[in-house]
Amino acid sequence: MNLTLKIWRQKNANDKGKMVDYPISDVSPDMSFLEMLDVLNESLVEKGEEPVAFDHDCREGICGMCSLYINGEAHGPDRGVTTCQLHMRMFNDGDTIYIEPFRAKAFPVIKDLIVDRGAFDRIQHAGGFISVNTSGNTIDANAIPINKEDADTAFEAATCIGCGACVATCKNSSAMLFVGAKVSQFALLPQGKVEATDRVLNMVKQMDEEGFGNCTNTGACEVECPKGISLEHIARMNREYLTASLKG
Amino acid sequence: MSGIFSSSIGRKFAMALSAFFLMVFILQHFIINFLSVVSPNAFNEVSHFMGTFWVIQYLLQPVLIFGVIFHFIMGFVLEIKNNSARQVSYAKNNGAANSSWMSRNMIWSGGFILVFLIIHFIDFWIPEINTKYIVGDMSGLIDPSATDSGFRYYEELVHKFEPIWRVALYCLGFVFLALHLLHGFDSAFQSVGANNKYTKGLKGFGKFYAIVIPLGFIFIALFHHFSH
Repeated sequence: MNLTLKIWRQKNANDKGKMVDYPISDVSPDMSFLEMLDVLNESLVEKGEEPVAFDHDCREGICGMCSLYINGEAHGPDRGVTTCQLHMRMFNDGDTIYIEPFRAKAFPVIKDLIVDRGAFDRIQHAGGFISVNTSGNTIDANAIPINKEDADTAFEAATCIGCGACVATCKNSSAMLFVGAKVSQFALLPQGKVEATDRVLNMVKQMDEEGFGNCTNTGACEVECPKGISLEHIARMNREYLTASLKG
Repeated sequence: MSGIFSSSIGRKFAMALSAFFLMVFILQHFIINFLSVVSPNAFNEVSHFMGTFWVIQYLLQPVLIFGVIFHFIMGFVLEIKNNSARQVSYAKNNGAANSSWMSRNMIWSGGFILVFLIIHFIDFWIPEINTKYIVGDMSGLIDPSATDSGFRYYEELVHKFEPIWRVALYCLGFVFLALHLLHGFDSAFQSVGANNKYTKGLKGFGKFYAIVIPLGFIFIALFHHFSH
């Protein structure tokens, strides 16, 4: 396959940045998208040019490190996959592919296609945890019976890898699918109910302070989420928040 | 409780509450308007009751006006805030791949509805308020000096829908109302946290409501234009 890549290049956080065209040839349809970028980078290094900086780690679709807004969609045109699991067979010979960083005020660009998703970490620090005794008196989690349906729904929420595709996709740059998943993950389990009120209030407060937009229920985040996190978790967060606000 | 309405979720909740109120209002407005098709007398009687009963005039009408203004102002405030959350736009964005046109353009459908509402107020509400509270005629009669002249409401309605340009304008306004409701109906339920086993059915009913009510309004406008 011969392709034209239009890639966002930005030297650092203060640089204005611009789209740059890179023709690339002999791309195998069996390559992953990131392997294709590796090939491009090798050719750039050989030519003495600065390689394109992009985030990646496990390349198995589970770490949430890779990002990229490809042809107008977070993680590209395939469904239920991260960029590292996206394959070049999803594209056609002669295509022009736009590759941009995840865009949001709360996700500032560090370099090229790498953005700072530290806002998600700060939201997690604000309440995305449970406090349990781990100093010798640990209680076996399985000792507490949990309704199967609740356990399954909590697990589904816990599959969120925090990649930020929801924010990148949302026309409002809202982080509510991420925060909804993190709130739901604990709200459904007895271990999480102790801190439920503080958790949702603190996480939503932090989310708002980070500068994410307001959810307008377009549902784009649910469609583009590589883990298929449901909008039900946003609704649950809304209920938890309203109840917590009345209590506290 | 303090600060709930300054939070993102609180603002969504407030927006949804005003939406529920307006959707109920639109339904009752449609039912009363439809009476003009099936029984002009019943339409006149109900219109006179709605226009003179103190609970509606002095309690519900101000709440309605507040609800309309709140919904529009909050909608525009949220749009400005949301736009500021992404300062650099994408060179290529494929919104149609993951969301409906209606959901992405609520500000536009809402803006056109606002323009339509201003025209609607100039056509009906302001003359009504003028007649009742400036001129001081609370009788609702075509000729206040003749008690047997009958109520004026049906006559006024028919008269307003004589020009085809106004009918076309109203039809366009109802198309934008349909587009707004197609996303807004179930979005309001999601915002208050109602997403459960009934959501699928609710979405179906929402689509029914969003199409049938505006279509009904269009039918009423066309009916009066072509039958008189």
